[in-house]
Amino acid sequence: MRIPCPVCGPRSVSEFTYEGDATVTRPALDADADAWFAAVYQRANPRGPHSELWHHMGGCRSIIRVERDTGTHAITGASLVSPHEASE
Amino acid sequence: MRYSLSSLIANTLNGHKSWPVAWRKAEPRPAYDAIIVGGGGHGLATAYYLAKEHGLTNVAVLEKGWLASGNIGRNTTIIRSNYMLPGNTHFYEWSLKLWETLSRELNFNAMVSQRGVINLAHTPAQLDAYARRGNAMRLAGVDAELLDRAELARRVPGLDLSDGARFPVLGGICQPRGGTVRHDAVAWGYARAADRLGVDIIENCAVTGFTFDGDRVSGVETTRGAIAAKKVGVAVAGSTSEVMRLAGFDRLPIESHVLQAFVSEGLKPFLDTVVTFGAGHLYISQSDKGGLVFGGDIDGYNSYAQRGNLPVVEDVAATACAMFPSLSRLRLLRSWGGIMDMSMDGSPIIDRTPKPGLYLNAGWCYGGFKATPASGWCFAHTIAKDEPHPLNAAFSLDRFRTGALLDERGAGATPRLH
Repeated sequence: MRIPCPVCGPRSVSEFTYEGDATVTRPALDADADAWFAAVYQRANPRGPHSELWHHMGGCRSIIRVERDTGTHAITGASLVSPHEASE
Repeated sequence: MRYSLSSLIANTLNGHKSWPVAWRKAEPRPAYDAIIVGGGGHGLATAYYLAKEHGLTNVAVLEKGWLASGNIGRNTTIIRSNYMLPGNTHFYEWSLKLWETLSRELNFNAMVSQRGVINLAHTPAQLDAYARRGNAMRLAGVDAELLDRAELARRVPGLDLSDGARFPVLGGICQPRGGTVRHDAVAWGYARAADRLGVDIIENCAVTGFTFDGDRVSGVETTRGAIAAKKVGVAVAGSTSEVMRLAGFDRLPIESHVLQAFVSEGLKPFLDTVVTFGAGHLYISQSDKGGLVFGGDIDGYNSYAQRGNLPVVEDVAATACAMFPSLSRLRLLRSWGGIMDMSMDGSPIIDRTPKPGLYLNAGWCYGGFKATPASGWCFAHTIAKDEPHPLNAAFSLDRFRTGALLDERGAGATPRLH
C-alpha cells in the first residue's frame, strides 16, 4: 500500500504511523465523562470509505488525512491537516 | 455414529463408503429459542455449550459464508493461558482445561498438542517481568517455569543463542501445558457435536437486520428470510461493528485490523515447541506436515480486506531469521490475513447489551483461537442465565465507560498496539 503524501508524493505505508479515525474530535477539557468516553473509546469502524489520520514519520513528518476504503485498501484522497486542526 | 476404533476398522474394510455426514445441512426454521450469529469457532462452541450445559437445543447458528471460513481457520493454532491480570488468568486457564479434554468431550480428534509455549527474554528487565508473571500465574494455579540459556539451547536447538545475535537471548519463560491444536478440527468437532444435540447449523445465511419488540430483540432478518428468536448472540469477530450497526449500535470500542499469518515449505522435525520473540513480535511452531507456522504484528490500520501488505511480511520474515538464522533460505508456501476485532484495552467482551435478549461476544484481538472453548462456555452461560458467569464478569461492554479496563499490555486506548 502506498500513501500519496501531499508533500512527498506516493510513499510506502512503512514510512507512516497510523493515527486512527480522523472524524473523532477531542472534547472540550470541561466536557462531561460521556463525551470523553465517546472520543477515547467509541469508533464507527466502517467497512468501506474511512477518513483517517496518518503521520509521515519516515518522511516530512506531516499529519495527513487519508480517504481509504477499508474493504479494498483503495485510497481516493489525501490532504494535509492544518496545524490548528492537528492540535485539537 | 460415534467415532471409535471399531467404526474406523468397519469403514476401512468397507472402502470408506458409508461414513455418515458429520452435520446436517439444516434449513432455517421460522423460530428458535436462541440464534447465534456467526458460524466460527466461538459461535459453534457457544451453540454446543448451550445445548450441552443448559439444555437449550432449539438453537440455530447462522453463518454468512461456509462454516469456519473466518478466523477459526486463519490462525496460528496456539493455545496458552500465560496471563497476569486476574480477570484474564482464570478465564484463559479454564479455556486450557477445556482444551485438555476437548477431543474426548466432542468425540473428535482436535489433535491437542501440549508441546509448551516459550517466551524469550532479551533484557534483564524482561526476565524480571517474566519471573513476576510466572509467579502470578503459579499463584493462580497455572503452570510456568523460567528457563536459562542452557535449557533453551537444549529445548530449541535452532535458536540463535550467541552473544552476536541481533537481540541476544538471556532466558525465557515456558508454559508447559500450552501448545497447538488442529484449528479446523475444532470447528468441525464443535459443529458435529452441536448438530448431534439438535442445533441447526445454517450456512450461506447472512444476517441483514434485527427485529425488536420495543427494546427487546425478537429475531433477525436474513438473506434466507426472517427468523424469530427469544435470544440472539452475536459472535462475528472482525465483522462485529458492521453486524451490531444493524442492531442500532453505531459505535463500539472496537477497530477491525488485518493480521497476517504464514506457512513455510515442509521441513524435517525442527521445532517441537512454540517459541515467541521478546524483542519484537513473532510466534512460531511446526505443524505435523512439517511447515513452520508463524505470525507477527497486525498491519496496524483499519481493514476488512483479509489480506495485508508487504512491509509486515518483510518484518515478520526478518524477525524469524533473527531468531533462527538457519531459516534464511526457507521458502514461504502461503500467507493470508484474518480480520481481528481489536478492542480498546486488548481484552474481549462477553456480555449482555443494553437491548434485552441481545448478547455480544467480541474484541478478541490476537487471542481468539485459544479462548474458543471458554468463550463458547461463558457466552452460553451469559445467554442462558441472562447474566455473566464470574469467569467472564470482567469482560463487560460498559467497562470502557466505567473505567474498569483490563489492559494486560498497558498500551491504552490504541487498538493497533494491543
